[in-house]
Amino acid sequence: MWIYEKKLQYPVRVSKCDVRMARYLMEQYGGADGELAAALRYMNQRYSIPDKVIGVLNDISTEEFAHLEMIATMIYKLTKDATIEQLEAAGLGPNYATRDHALFYNNAAGVPFTATYIAAKGDPLADLYEDIAAEEKARATYQWLIDMTDDVDLQDSLKFLREREIIHAIRFKESVQILIEDREKKKVF
Amino acid sequence: MNSQERVYTPYRGPFDPCPPVPFKTFVVPPNQFITFQPPDLQQFSLPEALRAGTLWPALFSPYESKCRGEN
Amino acid sequence: MEANPCEPRYYEMLEQLQILDFALVELNLYLNTHPEDLRSIQQFNQLTQERTRLAKQFQELYGPLQNFGRAYSKCPWEWNQSPWPWQV
Repeated sequence: MWIYEKKLQYPVRVSKCDVRMARYLMEQYGGADGELAAALRYMNQRYSIPDKVIGVLNDISTEEFAHLEMIATMIYKLTKDATIEQLEAAGLGPNYATRDHALFYNNAAGVPFTATYIAAKGDPLADLYEDIAAEEKARATYQWLIDMTDDVDLQDSLKFLREREIIHAIRFKESVQILIEDREKKKVF
Repeated sequence: MNSQERVYTPYRGPFDPCPPVPFKTFVVPPNQFITFQPPDLQQFSLPEALRAGTLWPALFSPYESKCRGEN
Repeated sequence: MEANPCEPRYYEMLEQLQILDFALVELNLYLNTHPEDLRSIQQFNQLTQERTRLAKQFQELYGPLQNFGRAYSKCPWEWNQSPWPWQV
């Protein structure tokens, strides 16, 4: 089971009232390479991966949920006091029409999250290479998001999340090596 | 120049409508050179580690915004 | 909850906790692929001890970090009180 911890993994500060960024940040909330997709992808793959790397998938997935909460915090802070006019100017008019100020698992273009963003091939190497690619794509998305804001506090939290993708990719690459080199179960008759 | 940055010049066609960008860059983070992290890497202080997003300087990848502050 | 969660000490203690917990996450992920690294296990265990101590202090001042039986409560029930992490 999971126990919620009532704190963010990293402090999230947003210093500029820039509703536009809320919309772009949704790419990492409900987008194909976002934190929800990452968390669900790894949590689901752990059932069909050799025991030696289950922990890697389990724990990185858990950390991704903490990142999802950080992204939600950014979107929440950027939109909670936004007027309808500000939301419309930021391209969030359709969101308001559907759900007022509620958050939703959409990407930056307003496309709702779908399970087809994630994959499970059942082959350990195919799945781990998918995971490495997912981390690199998320790193790239964070770069483009950092490029789009001049709020240094928002940049700071996004830089943290970007670096985490780099570390996760290393752990998945190590998992690949562990499986490639695993010869201890070779049967000698 | 940042050692984690790579630069290339996009091909310039004779009929490209917009002013050409002089070059494009992309990042090659340290994870591209590590297949298995060696033990006993030097560590950041713990407060620095939180700020950096990693415990190990050798795995740290800086990134600066391309935003020029007009938003 | 006795202390005010908007005071500077709340943010200082929260950040101290985030610092320790981050090192623990990082070491945990590392140890998943380096299970024989005794020095890192020792560091992990030592930081776990520090974390337990700091979390206890924090919870006495600002209420429980975890629910479902992982922390005691005063009366009235503290878990459900604001602020939540995305609000501070």
